[in-house]
This record gives sequence, C-alpha cells and structure tokens, in this order.
Amino acid sequence: MTAMTEQDRRQLLDAEIAGVFPDTRGRFGPFGGRYIPETLIPAIERLEAGLRAHLGTADFERELADELRSWVGRPTALTHARRLGARWGAEVWLKREDLAHTGAHKINNAIGQALLAKRLGARRVVAETGAGQHGVASAAACARVGLPCTVYMGALDMERQAPNVGRMRLLGAQVVPVTEGDRTLRAAVDEALRDWVADPLGTYYLLGSAIGPHPYPYLVRQLQTIIGREARAQMLAAAGGLPDALIACVGGGSNSIGLFHPFLADAAVEIIGIEAGGHGRALGEHSATLALGRPGILQGAYSMLLQDPDGQIQETHSISAGLDYPGVGPEHALLQAVGRVRYEVASDDEALAAVKECCENEGILPALESAHALAGARRWAAAHPGKRILIGLSGRGDKDMPTLQRTLIADIEAGRA
Amino acid sequence: MSAATRENAPHARIEAAIRAAGARGVPALVAFLTAGYPRRERFRADLAAVASAADVVEIGVPFTDPMADGVTIQRSSRDALAQGVTLRWILAELAAMPPVAAPLLLMSYLNPLHAFGYAELAAAAERARIAGFIVPDLPFDEGGALREALKTRGLALVQMATPVTTAERLAKVCAASRGFVYAVTMTGTTGRHVAVPDDVVAYLDRVRAAARVPVCAGFGIRSAEQVARLAGHVDGVIVGSALVEVLERGEDPAAWLRALRPATA
Repeated sequence: MTAMTEQDRRQLLDAEIAGVFPDTRGRFGPFGGRYIPETLIPAIERLEAGLRAHLGTADFERELADELRSWVGRPTALTHARRLGARWGAEVWLKREDLAHTGAHKINNAIGQALLAKRLGARRVVAETGAGQHGVASAAACARVGLPCTVYMGALDMERQAPNVGRMRLLGAQVVPVTEGDRTLRAAVDEALRDWVADPLGTYYLLGSAIGPHPYPYLVRQLQTIIGREARAQMLAAAGGLPDALIACVGGGSNSIGLFHPFLADAAVEIIGIEAGGHGRALGEHSATLALGRPGILQGAYSMLLQDPDGQIQETHSISAGLDYPGVGPEHALLQAVGRVRYEVASDDEALAAVKECCENEGILPALESAHALAGARRWAAAHPGKRILIGLSGRGDKDMPTLQRTLIADIEAGRA
Repeated sequence: MSAATRENAPHARIEAAIRAAGARGVPALVAFLTAGYPRRERFRADLAAVASAADVVEIGVPFTDPMADGVTIQRSSRDALAQGVTLRWILAELAAMPPVAAPLLLMSYLNPLHAFGYAELAAAAERARIAGFIVPDLPFDEGGALREALKTRGLALVQMATPVTTAERLAKVCAASRGFVYAVTMTGTTGRHVAVPDDVVAYLDRVRAAARVPVCAGFGIRSAEQVARLAGHVDGVIVGSALVEVLERGEDPAAWLRALRPATA
C-alpha cells in the first residue's frame, strides 16, 4: 500500500461517509476486493445479483423487519449503566445485543442471510463459527426458514465453547469439527469455503462476519447497522444527545461496523475499536490485526493481516474465541487508514476483569468478546473524566462458562476474589 | 524489445513444451510437487526426477491457508512450512541447481507473492528460470497488478477456467492467460478422484475453442484411463495430489508419471 496523504485520507473518508464504498470493484478505498478461486466466481456473482435484487426492496425489508421484531426481539435495549459510570467517573450506556435471540448480534446477520438464501433457491447452508455464536445463530435462522445447515467449527473452539456445540446440534445443524490448520475460526472459514467450492450453486455460504470477498463485507454490514441505527436514536431519546465516545470490540468486525457505521458522519463522536491483546505483543500472542498487522490477502479480501515477513498467516491468541482471528473486515482497514476510527487492544486479563466488574455492578454477564470493549471503555473514561460513552455489548457470556469456570469462578470458589 | 514479445520469452517456453507433446501425439504431462515435501533436502532431486518425465512442472509454494486445496496438498503445505520452506528459499534453490529441461511454474496463493513484492518477484523468478505463475486465489479480475509485473519479464500468469465459468468470462480468461489455460475439471478442491463424464469433455472442448494458448485439465487426475479419456480434448493434463502422494510414499515419481501415458513409452 502506498502512503496516503492527508488529502487522500480526507477524500476517502468523505467518500466513505457519502456511502460510495464498496465501489463497483468491491473495494473500500484500497481494501476489499474479491480474491477467490475461479470456481467461486459464478456463485459470488449470483450472490451479488441476488443481494441487489432483494436487499433494500420493500418486500425483503418488510419480511426482515418482521423477523427482527417478532423472532429476534428487536429493538434491543439501551441500558444506562449507572454503577459502572459511577466507578469510572463517566456516563455509560450499553447497547444490549446480548438480549437479542440466541444471545448476540450474530442473529441480525444470520436471519437476514437465511432469508436471502431462501429467496435465492439454495438447497443448503454452510457456515463457519469461532465462538459458536454465529453457528448457533445460523442454525436457529436455518431452522426458522427451513434450510439444512452445516457448521464448520475449529476443534479447539469446540472445546472452548462446548455449550454452543450442543445448542447448534439441538437446533438441527450438523457441526463438523475442523482439525486442520490452527483449529480455530480461520481454519473453519477455509473449510466452509472448500465446502462451498464443491457445490457453488446449490450451497449458500452464510458468512458470519464483515470479512471475506465482496459482497460479504457489505452484506454483513448492511444487516448489522440495525445496531447503530437503533442505538443512535435511543441515545438521542434517552441520553438527550450523542455519545462523546463509541466503543466496540473488533474480531472480524461485524458488531463494531454495525454500531459504528451510522455514527461515522458524527464528527464529534470519537470511535474506538478494541482488539484482543491476548497476553503479549509478539506474533502468536494476540489477535490485534489492526493495531499490530500489515496489509495482505486472506480469505477473499485485501485487508490488514497478522502475517510473518514471508506472507504466512500467523496463529493468533485470545481468551475469547470470537476475536481469535488473524484478519479483519476491509472496511475497518479503511476506517483506520483514514483516521476515523482508532484501534486499541485489551488483554485477556483486562477482559476477565471487565467481565467481573460488569457482572457485579450491572447484573449483566457479558461475552468475553464484549468485555474487551468494556475494558477499552474503562481506560478511555479514566483519560476523559465526565464524558458520555456508548459501548456495544455484543453478546452474553453464558457460552464462556467453561473458560470462566477455570478463571473467575475458580478464584471466587478459592476465596481469592 | 521486451522479453514478452520474443519467441523465447519464458511463457512461450511453456506453450512450446506443451505443443511439442501434442506433436508426438500425446497430451503433455504437467506435474505438481510441493516444494520441500516430503523432505526439504530432497527438493532438487525430487524436482529433477519429476522434470525428467513431465513436460512442464508446477512447484507449489506452501501457504498456511490453502483454501482451494484438498487434504493431500494441505498436508504437504503444512509439513513444508514446518521444515522452513519459503518462497525465498525455493527461488534460491532453483537459481543454484542445474537447469532442468521442463519449463517451471510456481503455484502460490497470493499473499506470499504480495509480501515478496511483485516487481522484485518477477526479477527473482527470472533469475530462478521460472517461466510462469499459477495463483489459485487470484481470479482474472483482480490479477492486473501481478500480471503487469510478470509481463515485463515475459513470465506467464496462467488463468483458470471451470465448468461453471460463463461463456463471456471464458473468453476474457482465455485471452488473458499465458503459458496455458488451466481447465479445472470439476468444482471442488484438489485431489479427489473423478471419472470423466461427457459434459466435462464437452466443457473442455469449449475451453479449447476459446483459447489460443494450450489447454491443460487438472483437479482429480490420477489414472492412465483418465489421461486416455482426456487425450484429444486437451493439450495437457495436470497431476497434483496423486503425484504428491507418490512422493510421500517414497516411490519413483518418474516411473509413475511415465505409466500415466503408456503411448509414449
């Protein structure tokens, strides 16, 4: 990537706010595109045409809105977190995606794409999952619309998120363990892509994050901006104004792009994405793609990546399976390059501390992913006393019980906490 | 005069080697091996053995995320990476070893090439006597930057066609391809055994009609019957996973390759 001048950055940001991206080549400025095997080109062109034919039409939007209201349970609440605010010296608001059906924002995308798959005449759906939240959401959405669903999940994640594996199976999905590669989300995406390559026209690939080849980053963003649109209106109504800071966690980047996008034009709102800092800054110790990566091509898109000097993708680490991914959506890469969003990290330990603090002070068990946003917000509040902060609480933490049992709960039971 | 326009430009050597087999009345054999697999220290010897029986050789650059490949090439990639095989090492080995007769291509996913830098890559490939590249995650539409960099050295960027490629796109892919057109015989990843049904033969005839460069069929080819069935419909056949398995078992790759094409024996 060539260096951007200040003028380039301003122009790209103006174009982003004006809704120019993705452009006709599927790019967000220099990022994005469609780096896929030739075999998938007809399928992805069909998806793009289908998306153009349905998304945004009155008929599809009515059907989607009805499912979001009556089945997902939207709008989700905006909660004034008074006790956290008192502790942090800030006014803290939480956008409660943990209250959405199946327990996370993932359902917004899954039901939207399942409805699209049905309209496109797909015979079956494949999906990948990391934390299992997208897998559960896909399984539920497919059951809802009546399509068979196969979910690829890394063998390591199946151990970490065992309760979700059972939920997917109960919801009628076939869960296929991926024992190749890093046995986490990235290997699951590779395997789902291989499945799709084998039957590109009969299979619908229900990608769970704002990553992958065009038009997925766009499609997923469009289905997730409901989070930001609701939150913006709720803030104006309940808090009487926009937040000073808007903070969400970033793995692949779907809940964050969904929350951020409707606020991009609000220049006074500082936007911060929090990546998984794991337990160190060396390659392999974290999943901080934007904070610490370099541009490259992985799984269909040109974006920021965690890679070695030879262009080999690096294994990542995070206590949270949903953030444990070496790439990130191309729109985030653009937002970072133009300086509209700043990306920081929170460590495993900070995330665990945030889970505990949120549980004890607000009576909410957040997902480990979302806890990274809480940790980042706490840090921002310390540097900016008395400000108003809106945090994307992307999911609930019930799925993390095996990890929490070993850490926070073990500490409580041993009288250490 | 640029290298790309000369008859001995690297890409033209690939085309000539494939046509030469056709002139002998047999389909060309395009053989794939993963660099440094099964053993890094045997790379030069394995390559020389494969090249002695093949008309063109594809050398696989290992990658951590080979999304278009089946289990065999995933395994060979992972193992080669664990042995420290890199693009830089492969290029250095090739530049240092005695030349082989068969033209060589590198088959690599895009990110290692991007990390190397396209301009530097083209120069290093020329020094290593590489004639072209195959990049499975680089469809025609995204290939402009790499294609231009390779063109300055006369290096081929082989494009792929598949049974589901539309006629309009097939024309573009075939026009842009140098060296040969890689006709994928089935949808799916590499390495699964497939019969050759009539519709595949008809598809290959369509690709051949659209292409000015030779057409080679690949994905799932592992037997002499398949090669015999494809002869007459393609200019060459590509064998990948099956050959990697032969090397894995420690068998003689040259003998195995020769047995695929009894007519030349």
